[in-house]
Amino acid sequence: MGGWAIAVHGGAGVDPNLPTQRQEEAKELLTRCLNLGISSLRSSLPAVDVVEFIVRELESNPLFNSGRGSALTAKGTVEMEASIMDGPSRRSGAVSGVTTVKNPISLARLVMDKSPHSYMAFSGAEEFARQQEVELVENEYFITEENLGMLKLAKEAEAILFDYRIPTATLETCSGGTIAVDNSLQMNGLPISIYAPETVGCVVVDSQGRCAAATSTGGLMNKMSGRIGDSPIIGAGTYACNICAVSCTGEGEAIIRGTLARDVAAVMEYKGLNLQEAVDFVIKERLDEGIAGLIAVSRNGEVACGFNSNGMFRGLATENGFMEVAIWE
Amino acid sequence: MGWAIALHGGAGDIPLSVPPERRLPREAALRHCLQIGVAALKAKQSPLDVVELVVRELENNPQFNAGRGSVLTTNGTVEMEACIMDGKTKRCGAVSGLTTVVNPISLARLVMEKTPHIYLAFDGAEAFAREQGVETVDSSHFITPENIERLKQAKEANRVQIDYTQPIQKDVKKETPTPEGDSQIGTVGCVAVNNEGNLAAATSTGGMVNKMVGRIGDTPIIGAGNYANSLCAVSATGKGEAIIRGTVARDVAALMEYKGLSLKEAAAYVIEEGVPRGTAGLVAVSATGEVTMQLNTTGMFRACATEDGYSEIGIWQPVQN
Repeated sequence: MGGWAIAVHGGAGVDPNLPTQRQEEAKELLTRCLNLGISSLRSSLPAVDVVEFIVRELESNPLFNSGRGSALTAKGTVEMEASIMDGPSRRSGAVSGVTTVKNPISLARLVMDKSPHSYMAFSGAEEFARQQEVELVENEYFITEENLGMLKLAKEAEAILFDYRIPTATLETCSGGTIAVDNSLQMNGLPISIYAPETVGCVVVDSQGRCAAATSTGGLMNKMSGRIGDSPIIGAGTYACNICAVSCTGEGEAIIRGTLARDVAAVMEYKGLNLQEAVDFVIKERLDEGIAGLIAVSRNGEVACGFNSNGMFRGLATENGFMEVAIWE
Repeated sequence: MGWAIALHGGAGDIPLSVPPERRLPREAALRHCLQIGVAALKAKQSPLDVVELVVRELENNPQFNAGRGSVLTTNGTVEMEACIMDGKTKRCGAVSGLTTVVNPISLARLVMEKTPHIYLAFDGAEAFAREQGVETVDSSHFITPENIERLKQAKEANRVQIDYTQPIQKDVKKETPTPEGDSQIGTVGCVAVNNEGNLAAATSTGGMVNKMVGRIGDTPIIGAGNYANSLCAVSATGKGEAIIRGTVARDVAALMEYKGLSLKEAAAYVIEEGVPRGTAGLVAVSATGEVTMQLNTTGMFRACATEDGYSEIGIWQPVQN
């Protein structure tokens, strides 16, 4: 028992028809992030620094839905949110409605460390960012061609898309000019073929047994401006305490309602379940009709993941040599 | 079994020496809101309707830190937030950063019922309010002279007040300040259960005096300041950052569910062990019609009633028997 452990995720709920090339790109990125995290842990970087570092990497990469590559609001802009939590102190920082901050997770960290508050949003968060002199960019920096295309599709379908990574060309090929509907696989009321959430997150326990969690996202494609999801909500999308750290992804509303991240820790604490039992319990019992996934580590150096979605982009590693990067069950 | 209701007007360092002219109107307001809530429960209104109704009353009363009477940000503006949750379905709605909406709790309810989302904030929430045609006013409506004074004092003391201190008056002796020098009153909330065991919780606030613009507290955070499921409904008040850290409202329910504690035991545990002394209070009801009001601060404006005829209005810590 003991030793460090790390897990990263790039979203729960994956289209079974996701092109192989996309799957490979995702796995490469997750592997790279895992390796970066592992070397940091070997250099004794504290857990809270590691999770911030890794999520920054994920935010900077347009592949997943956070930072650059974020899903777009109905207005065609990007509104990002993120949260970070330090297990031993249970201090946390969160931001929502961030539009020019290159790395939202780092702003969340500054809220935790440099402000008297835990959560800052919209123009107040942007103002704080300016005061803290973090790296700022134009909102256009975060917007990708692909996502502009997705937004158009979403508006045509008049649906909220969690996210969507399959380029239009491939979609037409797969479905012969119409959006393929697979009624057996839906998320947020939408067929999985036009839905693919890719919030990112990282959980870590360092060699001193300190746990930390971080989560970052652009949110739902075509969301109402001002909509806040589970990622910045402590206890829902992110949670860390003395015994574990958790980061969730999936249907935001279901994660909030189920207080998913807190519940993993609560069943460990109050029911004495171990990490994997707690993860399985929460996924099975706390989601009702909702679809989501999560990653978690415990102070004992264990790592776990669980999801009731069709796949989850993830990478897991522990000090005793275990390492896995996967998408499917 | 039977219905039960509890409401609060904020927990904090309420000085024991608060003069009658400040204490009595608040007690009267608590009594009035309790009566409204009880009447609604007796008239078989759903707990969700009841908690919204009571919190609207509290929001409209300028003596409490919600709606009109909200404390001010460091810019002298008002940014209100609220949250409502239905225990049976666990559906919820939350809003933050409101500046013109007369009843934030009602907008939170509309987010729950009229959007596929749970939480809307700032400009987006204000735009939604206009789409929904809810009552909006110029934001000066919410600002009271008392709160302008509190902000001034907080700036002079160069600190963020969790809630408000008594505005300094010549005839009021200030109590020994808490270690942080903050007084912790504010936020309003209501929890209710009907005799079918359906639960609901609602909480609303202006936040912290001198807070940074854009600061969000515990009130709109499901599981922190507000929570309801099939076991209980909880509304918390006090130091927002501590309530978030302690996931207070969810923990009361989690202790009941996972450790089999009673409502009172669960609430006591959270208040005594889950948050630092002097940071929080809560009101809660259970599906079986029990009620509890607990605090680890000097006081909490509160009131409760149950179907079997019990009722209580209180401010300070109960006297130990």
